[in-house]
Amino acid sequence: MTGPLLSIRGLTKAYPGVVANDDVSFDIQPGEVHALLGENGAGKSTLVKMIYGLVKPDQGEMVLGGSAYAPGQPQEARARGVAMVFQHFSLFDALNVAENVALGMAEPPKTNELAERIRTVSEQYGLPLDPWKLVGDLSAGERQRVEIVRCLLQDPKLLIMDEPTSVLTPQEVEILFATLRKLKDEGTSILYISHKLEEIRSLCDEATILRLGRKVGTCTPREVTAAQMAEMMVGSELHRPERTPAAPGAVRLALNDLSVASPGQFGTSLKNITLEVRAGEVLGLAGVAGNGQDELLAALSGELTCKAGMVVLDGREIGTAGPGQRRSLGLLTAPEERLGHAAAPDMSLTENALLTGAEREGLMANGFLKWSKARDFAARIIERFDVRTPGTETAARALSGGNLQKFVIGREVMQRPEVLVVNQPTWGVDAAAAATIRQALLDLAAGGTAVVVISQDLDELMEVSDNFGALNEGRLSEILPATGLTMEQIGLMMGGAHGMEVAHV
Amino acid sequence: MLRLEKRPQPSRTLSYVTPVLAVLITMVAGGLLFALLGKDPVAAIRTIFWDPLFGEFSFYYRPQLLVKGGPLILIALGLSLGFRAGIWNIGAEGQYIMGAITGAGVALALYPLEAWWIFPAMIIAGALGGWAWAMIPALLKVRFGTNEILVSLMLVYVAEQFLASMALGLMKNPEGFGFPGSRNLQQYASAHNAEIIADTGMHWGVAAAFIAAIMAYVMMNRHILGYQIRLTGEAPRAARFSGVKPARLVLFCMGTAGALAGLAGVFEVSGPSGQISTGFNVGYGFTAIIVAFLGRLHPFGIVLAGLLMALTYIGGEAAQSTMQLPGAAIQVFQGMLLFFLLAVDMLTNYRVRFVAREAV
Repeated sequence: MTGPLLSIRGLTKAYPGVVANDDVSFDIQPGEVHALLGENGAGKSTLVKMIYGLVKPDQGEMVLGGSAYAPGQPQEARARGVAMVFQHFSLFDALNVAENVALGMAEPPKTNELAERIRTVSEQYGLPLDPWKLVGDLSAGERQRVEIVRCLLQDPKLLIMDEPTSVLTPQEVEILFATLRKLKDEGTSILYISHKLEEIRSLCDEATILRLGRKVGTCTPREVTAAQMAEMMVGSELHRPERTPAAPGAVRLALNDLSVASPGQFGTSLKNITLEVRAGEVLGLAGVAGNGQDELLAALSGELTCKAGMVVLDGREIGTAGPGQRRSLGLLTAPEERLGHAAAPDMSLTENALLTGAEREGLMANGFLKWSKARDFAARIIERFDVRTPGTETAARALSGGNLQKFVIGREVMQRPEVLVVNQPTWGVDAAAAATIRQALLDLAAGGTAVVVISQDLDELMEVSDNFGALNEGRLSEILPATGLTMEQIGLMMGGAHGMEVAHV
Repeated sequence: MLRLEKRPQPSRTLSYVTPVLAVLITMVAGGLLFALLGKDPVAAIRTIFWDPLFGEFSFYYRPQLLVKGGPLILIALGLSLGFRAGIWNIGAEGQYIMGAITGAGVALALYPLEAWWIFPAMIIAGALGGWAWAMIPALLKVRFGTNEILVSLMLVYVAEQFLASMALGLMKNPEGFGFPGSRNLQQYASAHNAEIIADTGMHWGVAAAFIAAIMAYVMMNRHILGYQIRLTGEAPRAARFSGVKPARLVLFCMGTAGALAGLAGVFEVSGPSGQISTGFNVGYGFTAIIVAFLGRLHPFGIVLAGLLMALTYIGGEAAQSTMQLPGAAIQVFQGMLLFFLLAVDMLTNYRVRFVAREAV
C-alpha cells in the first residue's frame, strides 16, 4: 500500500456558540506516530471523536486505506481497523480483566480462550496483565493496559491514544513508549494526543498543532525545540508564574501519623501520613490518580474525620472537627471534582459562592442569608479570576469546566485562608487561566498562607512547589526540596512503576 | 425521530406551566375514563371542578374547600422540606393519626374541665405526637441506615391499628351507648377547634397552614437551613463538603414533617371531624404527597395545589352522589394528576427535538 493510511480533508464541526474544528486537514502515514498537539479546548477531542465515529462532522471527508471513510458509529470505526484508548477508562471495577474485555466485543470468545489471548497479546507487547484479576484492584497504569490490550486484540491499523500519560509515573511512561514503538515497527499507525511537549519530542514522527479549532502548523518534533512547539500551540509567549521565595515561617498545618479508612469499596485508605507545612510554603504532592488524593483532601476538608491529634492547625488539634468548623479556623480546601462536589451543578454562582463562603465572608447573620452580599462576593470572584459567564445567576453546570474551576479555586483564594489545600487545581483549564490560578496560589503563599497542591501534573508541581512529596497507595513518600529533583527521583517517589514490569520476551 | 436534549439550565417558565399542563391532561384522560364508565365526561368534569365553586350548592361546598385544603397544605409543606433534600417521608398519614390521638388524648383526659389553656396544650401534644412518630423512621435511618420510605409507610398501618384500638377501647365514649368512637370534641368548648369566622370553613388549622406557608417560604429562601436542604437535594456530596451534617438534616426534615402532620391531625379531630373513630383518617397524608409535587415543592405553590386537591375531593364526593361515579374512580383521577405531573416535569430539564433520522 502506498500513500497515507488516513487522510483528513477539511473537517469542520460546530457546536452552538463555538466552532470546535474549522477546516482541519492532515495525513497519517502507515507506521507513523502522529502527534495531535494543542491546549485544552483547542479541538483535539472533537477531532478524534470524528475519526472514531462518535461525532459526525458538519463538513469535510476522510479517506482510510484508499477508500472513503465516514463512520457513523464506533463499531464501524473498529471494523475498519481504528481503535481508541480514552483518557477516562470505561471499565467496571467489580469485573475481572477478561470480563471487561469481553464486554467490549461484538462476539466474545469463551472466557478461557479470551484469557489466553489477553495473556499472549499483553506479554508480546510488554504489558503483562493477569486476565483473572479484578479491575477494582488494579492501579491506574494497569487499567490503561486493559484498555490498550482491548484495542490490540482487534489488530488495529490506527490506534488513537488520548492523553495516555496523564495517569502514569515516568517509569510507566517509558514502558508504554516501548510498546508504542514496537507497534509502530509492526506498521501500526498511532495518533497520539497530548500537550506534553517532551513526550512528543521523544516519541512522535510528525505533529499537527491545533489552536482554537484550526490547524496552525505542522512540525517534525525531533527537529524543533519544546519552546517552539509551545509557542505554536499557545500563539504567544507563556507567562510563567513568578515566585518570591520567602523565609519559611511557623508550622501552620501538621499531619501526625494520619490513617483513615477510605469510605468507598475501591478507594485508597490513607496510611501513616506525616507532614508539616509552614507559613509561606507551597508543598506539592504528586501521585498517579487513585493513590489516596481524594481521601487526603477529604481528611483535610473534614468530610472524613479522624483522631483529634492527627490533624493540627496552628497548634490546635482539629482531627474530629467537621468541614464548617475547620473552615472557620482557616483551613480551606478545593476538591478535584468540580460538578457535584466543589459546586452544586443546578445552583447559581451566587448560591455556589455561599457553599463555602457563608461564614467567613459574613454572608449570613443569625442563620439568615444576605443575598446581596453573596451576589457581590460571587461577582468579585468572577471579576478577579476572569470567569466567563453571563452573570452571577447562571447555573454552575452551564459554565465550561475551566471557567468553573477558576470560580471554585477563586472562591477559596478570596477567603484569605490560613491553609489552602487544592486537588488538581488546573485540571482542564487553558494555559492562560492555569497560569492565573498558579499565580494566585503563589501570591497567597507570599502573604503567609501555607499551601498544599495535590496534582498529577508534574510540570505544574515543579513550577509552584517549594517542597515535594508523592502519594503512593495511600502512603506519603519522603518530602524533599523541589529544586534539584530529577525525573528519575520523582518517579521513584511516586512508587516507581508500581511494581509493574516489562515482560522480557 | 424524537430526541430529548438536556437544557443547560432548567426552564423557569416551564416550571410554572407544567402543573397547569398536568391538570389539563388529567382532565382529558379523566374524562376518557369517565366516558368508559358510561358517564358523560363533560358533565363529570364540570361536577368536579366547576359546580362546587359556582354551582347551585356552592354556598355549602365553598367552606369545605378550606376545611379539606387546610390539612393537605399543612402536611404537604412539611413533606416538601424533606422531598427537597431527598428524604422521602411517605408516612405522613400515620403521623397525622398519631397527632390526632395525642391531641385528643389531652382533651379526653381533662374532660369536663373548662380552661383556656386546654386547646393550646392539645396543639402542642398533637405536634409532639406526630413528631415522635416521624422520629422512629428518622432515627432508624440515621442509626442503622434503614430505608425511611419503607419504615415510614409501614408505620402508617401500625398507626391505623392503634387508632382502631383507641376508638374501640381506651378512648371510647363512656356515654356512647357502646358505639365505637370517642366523645365528640365539638361539644367540649375548651377543646373545640371552632371556625374563626362562621360559615367560611376558616378554622385554626387553616390559619396555621397559611402561617406555615409563609414561614416555610422565608426559611427556604432566606435561611441557611433552607439553603442546606436545597443543596443536599441537588448535590449531596457538595452539601457534605459545605459542612451540612446529613444526619441532623434527616432528623430536622422528618421531625418538622411529622410535627406539621400531627398538627393537621389535632386540628381535624378537634374541629371538622370531632372525634377519634375508626374511619378518622381519609388519606390526607397520602394526597399531600401529590399536593407537594403539584405545588413544585414551593410553599405558595403548595397552597394553590392544596386548594385544587381539596376541590377534587369535594367535587369527587359530589360526583359520587349525583352521578354515581365509583369512589375509586376519583382516587384514580387524583393519582393520574401526580403521574402526568411527573411526566411533563421532564420538560423543565429537557427539551424535545425533532431529528431527521440520519442516513447510515
